[in-house]
Amino acid sequence: MKKMVGKEQEEIEKELSKEYVALTYADYEEGLKAGKLLGLKCAACGGITCHPMPVCQWCSDRRLEKIELSGEGEVTTFTVIRVASEGFEDDVPYIPCLVKTKEGPCVVGWLDFDAESVSQDVIGKQVKMSGIHTYNGDKFFSGEHVCPVFKVME
Amino acid sequence: MRDVAIIGVGHTKFGRASKTSLELFSEASLQAMDDAGVVGKDIEALFQGAALPGFEEGQVMPAAFSAAELNLGPIPATRYEGACASATVAIRDAAMWVSSGDCDMVLAGGVEKALTMGTAFATRTFAMSCHTPTEGPVGLTFPGVFAMAARRYSKEYDIPLDSLREKMAHVSIKNHGHGALNPMAQFYKKMGNLKVEDVVNSMMVADPLTLMDCCPFSDGAAALVLCPVEDARKYTDDPVYVLGTGQGSGSSLSKMADLTKPVSRIQSAKVAFKHARLEPKDIDILELHDCFTIAELIALECLGFFGWGEAAEATAQGETDIGGKIPTNMSGGLMGKGHPIGATGASQVYWMVKQMRGEAAKGNQIDPVPEYGMTDTLGGDFGTLCHIILGRTRK
Repeated sequence: MKKMVGKEQEEIEKELSKEYVALTYADYEEGLKAGKLLGLKCAACGGITCHPMPVCQWCSDRRLEKIELSGEGEVTTFTVIRVASEGFEDDVPYIPCLVKTKEGPCVVGWLDFDAESVSQDVIGKQVKMSGIHTYNGDKFFSGEHVCPVFKVME
Repeated sequence: MRDVAIIGVGHTKFGRASKTSLELFSEASLQAMDDAGVVGKDIEALFQGAALPGFEEGQVMPAAFSAAELNLGPIPATRYEGACASATVAIRDAAMWVSSGDCDMVLAGGVEKALTMGTAFATRTFAMSCHTPTEGPVGLTFPGVFAMAARRYSKEYDIPLDSLREKMAHVSIKNHGHGALNPMAQFYKKMGNLKVEDVVNSMMVADPLTLMDCCPFSDGAAALVLCPVEDARKYTDDPVYVLGTGQGSGSSLSKMADLTKPVSRIQSAKVAFKHARLEPKDIDILELHDCFTIAELIALECLGFFGWGEAAEATAQGETDIGGKIPTNMSGGLMGKGHPIGATGASQVYWMVKQMRGEAAKGNQIDPVPEYGMTDTLGGDFGTLCHIILGRTRK
C-alpha cells in the first residue's frame, strides 16, 4: 500500500503563488482613472484583449503582456437610456455605447453627446476616450467603479 | 438513452400575485400532476427555474422547500439559474435525467415574482445578468442592450430606423393581440387592438425602444411532469415528445462579434435541430423569447426561419401570425402573456403542449394542430440560450 505522508506546506504555497491574471479588473479600472485604456497583447496571435481576460479573447493563448491602447475607435452602436435602473436615476438621460477600438477589441462605455440630438448618424463616427464615468456602487456591487467615456473627434 | 415525453402541464395566471413563490410553484405543480394523473410519491426529482428569489422574497434554495411544500419526500430538488432562460435549462436537464435512466418521473418548471419588486429594483436585479465588471458602471439595462441591437439591425440591413420601428411594432401588435385572448395572460382582454402609432408613440424607455416594445415584469409559475416515452401512454393519450434540446452560453456585450447574430443562440438552436433530426421547415409553431420587439426578429433569423435582415418585413407582412409561414407566440409571448422570468421557459412549453392537444385559447389555436413545435428562451444579454423541440410523434 502507498504510504500517505501528505504534501509539504511550502510546496502548496508555491503552487498558490502562480499568477494567472496579467491585468486585473482593479488595475484596468485604475488605468481608466489615470486616463489610460489598458489591455493585453497576445504573444501567440498578436491580438489585443480589452477589457482584460485571463486568456487572449481571440485565440485563448495565455502569454499576455499588459499594454496601453490609444483610446481611439469607432462607435458601433448606442442607446439613450430614459428609464434607468436603481442607482442611475440622476444620470438620465445617458448614452451607453459600444466602441470598436483601433486595436481591434470592442469596449462598452458612455458617449459624451447631447442626448436630445444624438442620432443614428453617430454610428461609424471616430471617437476618443475623453474621461470616465464613476458609478458609486450599491450594496450588491460595492465600491466605486468606472467606465470609459468617449467623445466624437472633430 | 431513452426518449422522454411530457405527460402533464400546469400554469398559474400571470400578472401580480399575492401568493408566495412556494404557493405559485405548488399550484402549477399540482395542476401538472393532476393533468398527468400522478401523485407526489411518483415524483423522483424536482428541477426548478428561479432567477431572483433572493431579491424577491429573501429566499435562497427555493427548490428544496418547493419539494417540501408538496411532501415529495427527501428527493433531489435543484434550483436552476440562467436568468430569463432558467426554466428551459431546468427542463432540459430534467429530460436528460429521465433519458439517462436515473429517474422515471420528474417535475420540472419555474417560478418568479418579479412584478412584486417594483420597476426600479426589478430593473436593477435584472441588470445583474449583464456583465457586471464592465456593464455595471455603464448602467446598462436590458431595454438598453436591445435598443443597441435594434440600432445595429437598422445599420446592418440598411433599414431606416423609423421604418424599422414601425416593422418592430407589428411584433407588439401581434403578441398583445394573442395575449388579449389568453385568460392566463397578464394582459388578458387588454391591448388586443394596438396600432403602430400606439407602439412607436408610447413612453421612450431606451431609444429606440418604447414601453410597448418591452415585455412587462410579472409574477407566475408553470410546471411539467416528464417520464420515459415507453411509460407515457399509461398516463395520457396525448404525450408530447421532447425531440431535441440545445443550450448555449454567450459573453459580455463588448466581446460579441455581432449583436444581431448572437452565436450562443445560433449554436444552441443548431444542436436542438440536430438532436431532433428536424429542420426549420419541419416546425409548425414557435414560442420564442420576445422580451423586446427587436428580440423576436433576431430570434427568428438566428433559428433559421428567415434570412438575415428579413424577419422585420416578414413580420410586418403577417408571416409570423396565424395563417403565415410560421405562427410565433400564439400564447401572447412574453409581451402579452407576461414574463415571470424563472417560469417563462416552462410557460412556453406549456403552451406548445396545449397547441398540440388543440387546447390553446380560441383565436390562438392553430388549425390543424401542430406536429412539431419549438421553444426559444434567452437569459441575460445573450448569456444563456436554451431551445426545446417538441413533437406529437418521433420523426
